[in-house]
Parts: sequence; C-alpha cells; structure tokens
Amino acid sequence: MSRRLLPPLLTGVLILLAWLALHTALPPSQKFLLPTPGRILAAASERAPELAAATGWTAAAALGGFALAATVAVGFSLLLASSRLVRAALYPYVMVLQMVPIIIIAPILILWVGPGLPSVIIVTFLISFFPMVVNNTQGLLSADQNLVDLFRMGKATPWQQLWLLRVPAALPYFFAGLRIAAVLAPIGALTGDYLVGTTSGGDAGLGITAMICSTRSEIPALYATALIACALGWLFVGTVSAASWAALHRWHDSYNH
Amino acid sequence: MPSPVVQLTSVTKRFGDAPPVLDGIDLTAQPGEFISLIGPSGCGKSTLLRLLSGLTPPTAGTLDVLGAPPGETDRLAYVFQDPTLLPWLDVTGNVEALLRLRNLPAAERAARREQALRLVRLTDHARHYPRQLSGGQKMRVSLARALTLRPDLLLLDEPFGALDEMTRDHLNEELLAIRAEQNWTAFFVTHSVAEAVFLSTRILILAPHPGRIVADIAIDFPHPRTDELRRTDAYLRLVAEVSRQLRAVEPSHATP
Repeated sequence: MSRRLLPPLLTGVLILLAWLALHTALPPSQKFLLPTPGRILAAASERAPELAAATGWTAAAALGGFALAATVAVGFSLLLASSRLVRAALYPYVMVLQMVPIIIIAPILILWVGPGLPSVIIVTFLISFFPMVVNNTQGLLSADQNLVDLFRMGKATPWQQLWLLRVPAALPYFFAGLRIAAVLAPIGALTGDYLVGTTSGGDAGLGITAMICSTRSEIPALYATALIACALGWLFVGTVSAASWAALHRWHDSYNH
Repeated sequence: MPSPVVQLTSVTKRFGDAPPVLDGIDLTAQPGEFISLIGPSGCGKSTLLRLLSGLTPPTAGTLDVLGAPPGETDRLAYVFQDPTLLPWLDVTGNVEALLRLRNLPAAERAARREQALRLVRLTDHARHYPRQLSGGQKMRVSLARALTLRPDLLLLDEPFGALDEMTRDHLNEELLAIRAEQNWTAFFVTHSVAEAVFLSTRILILAPHPGRIVADIAIDFPHPRTDELRRTDAYLRLVAEVSRQLRAVEPSHATP
C-alpha cells in the first residue's frame, strides 16, 4: 500500500465506523434517519437501471455545462486581459452573473428555454463560469514584469507575447479555476435538475431522482443518490487534477517533491 | 578611431515632476570597453541601462546605440538582476527563447544554443528546468540566453548581486573568459567595488539627486585576469581608492 493512499483510506474507515456507531446509538424509531451502508447499497442495486440512467443524464449535463463554461471562460478572459478599459467595462457584469441567485434565474430559464437538458446545462454553466474566468484573467495578467520587459526587448509580437508568455504563465491559475469548477459543475447539474429539469421522456437526472426518493421517504435510496453525486464530483476533480499534474508537475512549484 | 558603440549627449531622464533621475549625461563608450556603473541607490544606474536598451525613452538629449536610436538594434542583449527565466521551459528552451522570437531556423537556433551553453558550461544541464538549478546556474542560463544574440553590446543589471561571494567570483572569471572569445562591449551595474575593479576597463561613479557621473576611472590591469589579480597590492589599492570615492557620494557619509 502506497503511503499516499493509506491516509485517505484510514480516514474513510474511521468515517464508516463513526457512521455505524451513530446508527447503533440511534433509538430504533429514529434509525431510518441514518441507514447502514449495507441498506444503501441494497437500495442502490434495487434501483440500479434507474439510477444508472439518472447518473448518465446528470453526468452529461455536468460535463456539458463544465465544458461550455471552460471554453467561454478562456475566450472571455483573453478579452478581459487584453486591456484595462475592457476590464473596467465588463468585469462588474461578470460578477453580476454570479450574484443573481440561481433560484431566481430558474423560473426565467423555464420561460425562455423550457425545462430539460439545455436549461440544466445553462445552470451548470452559470455556477461554474465565474471562478474560471476570474482565475484565467488573473493568470494572464500575472506574467513577471521582467519577463514582459525581456519579450519587449526581444521585439516579440503581441501574438508571441500571448502564446509564449502570458498563456503559459496563466496555466497554474487556469487549473486552479478548473478544479473549483470541477467541484461546482456536478452540484450545478444536480441543482439545475432539481430546479429546471424534466421527468418527461424518462429524462430524469440525480436531482429529480433525489426529489422523488425524498417525497416517497425512500431514505436509503436518497443516500445512494447523494453518494453517487459525490462519486461524480470526485471523478470530475480527479480528471482535472490529473490534467493539471500532466501540464505542471515538471516546472511548477506546487508540485515540488 | 572606430566609431563609438554608445554615445550619449546631454541625456536627462525624469519621471513626472520629481528631480531628474539622470541629469545631462555625456558619455562615450568605445568598442571592447567594459564599463561598470556604481553608485548609491537612486543614482540612475539601472535607468541608464534601460535608456540604452530602449525600454524607456529619455526626457531630453540624444542617445546613439550601435549607430542607431536605442531599441532599433538587434545586436544588443540585456541581462536582468533576476535570472528572469521562463519556468515552464527547460534550459534548452530558455536559452533559445529569444532566437525563437526572431523566428530563426531550428538548425541556427541549435548551433547558437550549443555554443552559448558551452560558454557558460551548462551543456550537461540542457534538460533541467529552472527550479532544479542553483542560483548561479540560473544566472548562467540567463547569460547564455543573452549570448545567443551574438551581441555587440551587453547590458548587465547587477546580474550577480544575489549570489554568494564564491559563486560571484567564479562567474566574474567566466564572464571575462567569454568576453575574450566574443569581444562585446559591456555596461555592468553593480554594488560591489571589488567586482567592478576586477571586471572593468573603466568605472563610472554616479551620484544621486540628480543622477550624474562624478568620476570616470580607468582600470588598466592586463587581460587575461585571473583570481591571482585579487591578491595583488595594485588591485587592493584600487578597490580602496574607488571605495573612498564612492563613500564621498553616499548621502549618509557626505558629511561626517
């Protein structure tokens, strides 16, 4: 067992033990509040096809919103980094995008786009866009002033300065933003499903599945959806972390041995 | 007489309404000169280099650098106080970086890179990233990058200031050895009198408020200069003499 895997595994075992202890301590009438992992697994396998479909649907919505947000954030941050004037003109409105509560945007989205996957993708986009655009812009502006002077003296074209200096210098910031967005995107897809999703045509994601379990008081299944949502989040963050490692570990201090 | 490498006539530089950082500088540098600029903080040493490089324009006066206005020559190279390396590129990529900006063909880049790496004795570290290098090695990469431009004029802004004395002494000797092969003209900013005396053919002492040249001292030790020079009486006397003149313009020592 590697030394890197052991600590989180131990923590997991401890959490599991605490869980079981709490379950045992609860009075019989209250035990339904915290089902055992065994009960949760059983509920999950009973509803396996339904949960698999919902997971796939939510994963698609999360990935769609995340990819859209990442792409738009890259383009938008290049625009914001291009001049102080553009920044001053646009930055306040980028923040407004994050400040308007999703709960208010949801009914508007239903009116404009209608319930379903496109609306859920938009909600995911809105939730994960902000940290990425802020980080990317900060990164593009953070190139060392001496290096900027070096490029100026080397008569670098604006294009060379962007691709050979500002973009590589922004990479650590880009991945930091991407990682935050990777946590937020599955949450956004779940929330979006809850607020602007649809059950018609079997298009239910994990958000709607959770809502159904909750109204039917199927507590173990509700826990199962929560665990699947966590697993989805881990998958997103893990993928981004791997990409970040591949791009940065050779040169960036955050990967110092 | 060959045409001068650098000619400054009544050059003044001021930022805003503050007193000038440099005031009425007249200066001529001949090919092959190694000129050190020393003086207290705020005397305009670094500003002078930035003027020569074209990074900043003068407020008044004229500068001629390698027969053209500053910033219009491609035979000038600048070595910063910090190594100023691109951390995401290995030594090879860093040494080549300026050649890449000039879109030189790969074969030409490789030839110049190999020569520069050999001159700074870093051929074995070509695949290392900056964070794997020591301070002295990083500075060598920075120097090699400047040398790939095959400069006629090399501007060095306190390049060894952050290094320990031993490393600095070694790099001083290496710099002179490289100069013997390449024969550029140098402007070298430093706070170390010993370093200035060892390297230079000429030392300019600058005084602040406003920045101006107050002494112009020829250093006539023959080349090649080796570590032995540092232990000769003539060298030690000259270091003492330059230090005395420098103390006279230090604001805190001007009045006893």
